[in-house]
Amino acid sequence: MSAAPRSPGRLARLLDSDIAYSFLHSPVALPSALVALLCIGGALLAPWIAPHDPFDLAGLNLLDAFTPPVFMPEGRLGFLLGTDDQGRDLLSTIMHGARISLLVGFSAVLFAMTLGVAIGLLAGYVGGSLDAVLMRIADIKLTFPTILIALLIDGVVRAALPRELHDRVALPVVIFSIGFANWVQFARTVRGSTLVEKNKEYVQAARVIGLHPLRIMASHVLPNVLGPVLVIATLNLGFAILAEATLSFLGVGVPPTQPSLGTLIRIGNDFLFSGEWWITVFPGLALVTMVLSINLLGDWLRDALNPKLR
Amino acid sequence: MPLLEVQELRVEFPTRRGVLTALDGVSFAIEAGEVLGVVGESGAGKSLTGAAVIGLLEPPGRVAGGQILLDGRRIDGLPYEQMRRIRGREIGAIFQDPLTTLNPLYTVGQQLAETMLTHLPVNPAEARRRAIRWLEDVGIPGAAQRIDAYPHEFSGGMRQRVVIALALCAEPRLVIADEPTTALDVSIQAQIITLLKGLCREHGTAIMLITHDMGVIAETADRVAVMYAGRIAEIGPVRDVIKHARHPYTVGLMGSIPSLSARVERLAQIDGAMPRLAAIPPGCAFHPRCGHAFARCKSERPELMDAGGSSRAACWLHAADSASAMVAGAPREARPGDARPGDARPGAARQGVADDAR
Amino acid sequence: MFIYILSRIGQAVPVILTVTFIAFAMFAYVGDPVTIMLGQDYTEEQRQALIEALGLDQPFFVQYARFVANAVRGEFGLSYRLGRPVLSLIAERLPATLELSLVAAALALLVGVPMGVFTGLYRESWLSRAFLVFSLVGVSLPTFLIGILLILVFAVILGWLPSFGRGEVVVFGWWSTGLLTASGLKALILPSITLGLFQMTLIMRLVRAEMLEVLRTDYIKFARARGLSNRAVHFGHALKNTLVPVITITGLQLGAIVAFAIVTETVFQWPGMGLLFIQSVGYADIPVMSAYLMLIALMFVSINLIVDLLYYAVDPRLRVDRGRLGRTGV
Repeated sequence: MSAAPRSPGRLARLLDSDIAYSFLHSPVALPSALVALLCIGGALLAPWIAPHDPFDLAGLNLLDAFTPPVFMPEGRLGFLLGTDDQGRDLLSTIMHGARISLLVGFSAVLFAMTLGVAIGLLAGYVGGSLDAVLMRIADIKLTFPTILIALLIDGVVRAALPRELHDRVALPVVIFSIGFANWVQFARTVRGSTLVEKNKEYVQAARVIGLHPLRIMASHVLPNVLGPVLVIATLNLGFAILAEATLSFLGVGVPPTQPSLGTLIRIGNDFLFSGEWWITVFPGLALVTMVLSINLLGDWLRDALNPKLR
Repeated sequence: MPLLEVQELRVEFPTRRGVLTALDGVSFAIEAGEVLGVVGESGAGKSLTGAAVIGLLEPPGRVAGGQILLDGRRIDGLPYEQMRRIRGREIGAIFQDPLTTLNPLYTVGQQLAETMLTHLPVNPAEARRRAIRWLEDVGIPGAAQRIDAYPHEFSGGMRQRVVIALALCAEPRLVIADEPTTALDVSIQAQIITLLKGLCREHGTAIMLITHDMGVIAETADRVAVMYAGRIAEIGPVRDVIKHARHPYTVGLMGSIPSLSARVERLAQIDGAMPRLAAIPPGCAFHPRCGHAFARCKSERPELMDAGGSSRAACWLHAADSASAMVAGAPREARPGDARPGDARPGAARQGVADDAR
Repeated sequence: MFIYILSRIGQAVPVILTVTFIAFAMFAYVGDPVTIMLGQDYTEEQRQALIEALGLDQPFFVQYARFVANAVRGEFGLSYRLGRPVLSLIAERLPATLELSLVAAALALLVGVPMGVFTGLYRESWLSRAFLVFSLVGVSLPTFLIGILLILVFAVILGWLPSFGRGEVVVFGWWSTGLLTASGLKALILPSITLGLFQMTLIMRLVRAEMLEVLRTDYIKFARARGLSNRAVHFGHALKNTLVPVITITGLQLGAIVAFAIVTETVFQWPGMGLLFIQSVGYADIPVMSAYLMLIALMFVSINLIVDLLYYAVDPRLRVDRGRLGRTGV
């Protein structure tokens, strides 16, 4: 119960901990962490390290369109992965697209987490009819798959707002709809832990001495659910990125002016039959690599935090 | 030939910080129809010994040395299928928590019949008849109706009765009962123990009764083995061990039991805690907590040796060549006023000495 | 039993009510249906007539009641986009979606459950590891990408299978089926694999996790201690207990398949409800969207009811906490 001593052994202890051991000795954790870092790094630094600026209209040349990747007979060294129908360098568009995908994914998970943790704490701590109502809402929400909810929200916004406005709010709307569709898992986990913690003696004691409920929740309940919440967040990040890609593929996600990986795949899909496979396949590959490495990390994290599962 | 003989059993758990030895050189025997109590603190290796005997050590735990003999036949390291035929048929098992031991999705009748059909040459109708009789034998009222009930329809005590029926229904010759009453209400613990002992006597079944409750052992067991840090500290007839404990650890264990007959100001307690598996001290594992420890205890590990009466203890105090040390009174003076070996209950010291002389 | 069913139906009512309310709110307040339906040129009289015809001048609850009453009779109004009754639009496309979903669900179950059981029982075998890698890739591959890759390989490169449409269909009354013609069956292969793969991997992972959980329980140890055969322990005791939570999740997943069909139908231009829905979202065709929403809700509620009945059959305790079973899915 006592606070961890701030001895110089902290870093040493971390390195000696089971998590660190498992990380260094798992065949997937380290490689997938590296790949994930590479993807995220490449995406975040896209404006600076991408070989071309795909959004600089002046730099585009339609004559460059449909250049195949460099390893094919007509490939050109300037365009490692080839170009798309407008002559944009595919590698650069992928890096920029991944940036949008990650932005939406992270924001959506953050939103879902905040909403879910708040609702879970509230339901678990207050209990009673509030708990019943909140969990009933969660049940109803669970009845519908994420993608359907996101599509509906998007459709409603589309109908409610004039077209000019729509493109401008598209990004927040996608983040909101994916995040809103994913809060239940967080809420349930947090609620469960809250119910357990609430009845422990130290929480009772904290109540008796009159600590504010919010403070009790923040200082006693929250630290206990951080592990599971982190695992859910990691696994949800993969799902959120996929959800965004799916929405964009369906043409209702991010606006075409800010193409994400999903948008790129949709554009490329039109050229699948005419033989320009790379316009679809490379963004798809990038998406899968990114999500797979994040999912592998999440899987590993879950197992590492829950040793009895192994 | 004893029914079960365990010789120099060693159980290891490979971990990333090296191999932990959970049991080391455990030897004991159980005669047909005998009740052997196994006591010790949690973590001493009692349950692990039971699990090793029935061949259900949880991986990565493994038998790394010694032998387990049933009727003189080696059963450790048998192929899974052969060991399976022994489980239930030759060696039964009773677990601690009756609420989790029964499969919730099958009626008690199905679970009983299934066990008998696996091991005995009976048809389903006969198995069902016997299942009803077993439920009657373990004291379930209205057995003929209750046989089709699911486990959740029984109380905890009743469920443990069902578990006993399940453990005995294929008529094994040895039952390993691992803390069979710990999870039950105090008021029904005695009933369950009496039932178990009665049924086993009737069927000539031996019991290996694992518990941390000396009271249960005193009531039930013929002999008792005291375990400490993965080894047997003392083994002998239950009266001997209770009245004249030979190992300082047993003495401490006895001293910590409240007695109705003797008035004591304060219950004795053993200072310190049992070492973790990773940090078992050299020599006698108990020496850091022992009031009688002397130089030899710190360096050399004692094996079980005759300690007077029919008891054997793993303690240098009883070594023939250490007798002088005893006589010289060196260990006694280490902590005056401490309970001494053979001095289980205050005031019984002289009688203990007299018994030793006999 | 009867009371149990009643209570379950009782729990379904608020779900349906909530959904109809959302559908109604969309219908009544999002966009301006009158303007959309009238098009460019109209007189104020036409406008008033339409408002009255639609009942938009009535109080809120009257409108809601009328909306629900109409929905029960299957009247969802006219599609803004196509100007035809929504009911007939959906009825035309329902068979395509249901056939695709059922085949995909069967595929997911028949392959996913055995794979999950196998990986749970033989954790260390190389085949289990291969299944696990496969499942992780499956979970990380978005449905639409699976479809695109399958099209690329089997339709574009190899040319074995069609890349879009349902093939030839046979019509019985209002139902059209592609299951009876060779081209219909061939057309079904790629879409059903695409739709089923994600659910298959989810089901496999779920069954595996539950199996591992169950194998650790005391009653499994006790079953082993009683000397039951491996077969009895694994497939009698362990599998049956695994199925209890698996039924729930699988039920929910099967519901999800119908909704996921939106994506698959888009990729393969499959003439089902999902394609209709996505076209409606793009056009903000609210009547179609709200009708689709209610239909999906009805399907989910029915599936949940069936799941609850199965529960009743499998678990004598009937008090397994369904709430603890989290669900993941896009």
